[in-house]
Amino acid sequence: MADTRATGIRIEGLRKRYGAGETAVDALRGVDLQVAPGEVVGLIGPSGSGKSTLLKCLGAVIEPSGGRMTLGDEVIYDDGWKIRDLRALRRDKIGFVFQAPYLIPFLDATDNVALLPMLAGVPDREARERAHEVLAALDVDHRARAMPAQLSGGEQQRVSIARALVNRPPVILADEPTAPLDSERALAVIRILEKMAGQYQTAIVVVTHDEKIIPTFERIYHIRDGRTHEEAGEGLRP
Amino acid sequence: MISLAGRDIRHAWGKFVFTGVGLGLLIGVTLTMAGVYRGMVDDAKVLLDNSRADLWVVQQDTLGPYAEPSSLPDDLYRGILGMPGVARAANVTYLTMQVGHGDRDVRAMVVGVVPGGPGEPGQPGYLIAGRHITRSHYEAVADAASGLALGDRIRIRRNHYLVVGLTRRMVSSGGDPMVFIPLKDAQEAQFLKDNDAIVQQRRRTAANPAFNRPSVPGLLEAVIASQNTNSSVNAVLVQVRPGESPEEVAAAIRRWKRLEVYTRAQMEEILIGKLIATSARQIGMFLVILAIVSAAIVAFIIYTLTLGKIREIAVLKLLGTRNRTIAGMILQQALALGVLGFVVGKIAATFWAPAFPKYVLLVPGDAARGFVAVVVICVLSSILAIRAALRVDPAEAIGG
Repeated sequence: MADTRATGIRIEGLRKRYGAGETAVDALRGVDLQVAPGEVVGLIGPSGSGKSTLLKCLGAVIEPSGGRMTLGDEVIYDDGWKIRDLRALRRDKIGFVFQAPYLIPFLDATDNVALLPMLAGVPDREARERAHEVLAALDVDHRARAMPAQLSGGEQQRVSIARALVNRPPVILADEPTAPLDSERALAVIRILEKMAGQYQTAIVVVTHDEKIIPTFERIYHIRDGRTHEEAGEGLRP
Repeated sequence: MISLAGRDIRHAWGKFVFTGVGLGLLIGVTLTMAGVYRGMVDDAKVLLDNSRADLWVVQQDTLGPYAEPSSLPDDLYRGILGMPGVARAANVTYLTMQVGHGDRDVRAMVVGVVPGGPGEPGQPGYLIAGRHITRSHYEAVADAASGLALGDRIRIRRNHYLVVGLTRRMVSSGGDPMVFIPLKDAQEAQFLKDNDAIVQQRRRTAANPAFNRPSVPGLLEAVIASQNTNSSVNAVLVQVRPGESPEEVAAAIRRWKRLEVYTRAQMEEILIGKLIATSARQIGMFLVILAIVSAAIVAFIIYTLTLGKIREIAVLKLLGTRNRTIAGMILQQALALGVLGFVVGKIAATFWAPAFPKYVLLVPGDAARGFVAVVVICVLSSILAIRAALRVDPAEAIGG
């Protein structure tokens, strides 16, 4: 298997067309994007610009109509060709952080995090040890046995980040992870993502509308009418 | 791997338990309906067992004495007794009626038997209290299910009887408790007319010139006397000698006495196949409807529980959970609900069965079949929810 961590995620000329004929809609018209391991980039754009479609393509949830996507040296899509098991790819190599934490309500914090390695066949005990390790890195291990309903919003979001990190994926896709949070907590989440990206050498793409956090990215991809252009951001101040 | 179904159930155990109890009560009703049918069959068999007869001799071309009226002369048993292979033969009458007791009455099957000790066909086999009928008139032995006690006085038509003995599980095929009285009294009770009717009948007989002939003195009195007595019985119960074939003895009686004779197997077929067949079909319909209602309820519950977790299922699928893991979770919950429902239903049926006025027989085999049916219904019911879950697009977990 290719080392997916070496060069992060790269997409070239990614296209996505919905429907066919006169009613066809081109949501993505040749998107280019590259995120190195340990890097956090922002992806911003107005509604209908293609952000969600791009996120779904990056997350191997929908298949692009054309273009190429690689995770490290591993080709995921290449002009209509795709790897066979997208489900396993999502499980093992892509982490997701959602706008709402979407924790499984009937599992405690540890098992919410440990579920992914368990699904990948890791023995329960080892999966829980991994979960504790990531929860500790996110300073939420003291709430390891709490059910999601017993956690605060910030704690839930940290548990969901822990879930995204637990399989050490080469890429994490964060969909509006700070939307429901105030400025202070939003910045705290971005700091956590920055720290985890460095600690686990993970490429992180943060889709956001949040004006408070947009300047904190060192690189920002703007998407409009299905195309991206890149600009530099200010980066997080210490 | 943790059990997602188990964790979900543990998380929302109150909702799960209440749903299971509700389903269980429905399953309990279903098991009870099966028990009612089994009870009817058992009552029919008990009726035959308690007759302690090998053969039932009845009026020709009838299915008597339980399924159709049958009338035989009461001296016929002597001729049957003389047939080869016959050990014992006894007259018997059956009449289902209201038996008065104080200011209330009891539905009972009044059985007319020849007074004598146990062992005679038709006699109650064993008593739980008191003694057998020893007098030719006005004594009765009653089944305990009638609510009568030793020393009670009961009223059958215009005569009063003293309860001298009590039996148990002596019931008709309809589940009515039996009351045994002397044969002569039972014969009278079957055809007893009120005084006005007797006077009117005598007047009509006297007005008939065929019976009231001046040249034949005593004819009218003889005719009237014959009208006031009843020398009919419903059946003759026969026990064959050990080693004799009931079929062969029955064939001989049919041939030489020109009567209908049924063996135990034939009588069982009449009772179960004909007498309670309509009731059995009725109960069968109830069972089918209850099974469909149970399936619909399980399907609705599981479907609703699944729809309540659509977002979690989308997240699980996005995170790479296999479809079979999600389907397994739903199936396990459906089965757990079914097992809980079955346990509750079995316990409920066991508790409330004795309270039913008629005998409810809960057979372990029915419970086993019921359990298998519940499992099958749960599996089929979960298909709808599994389909809904598998249709969930993992992209639903991502906004936009």
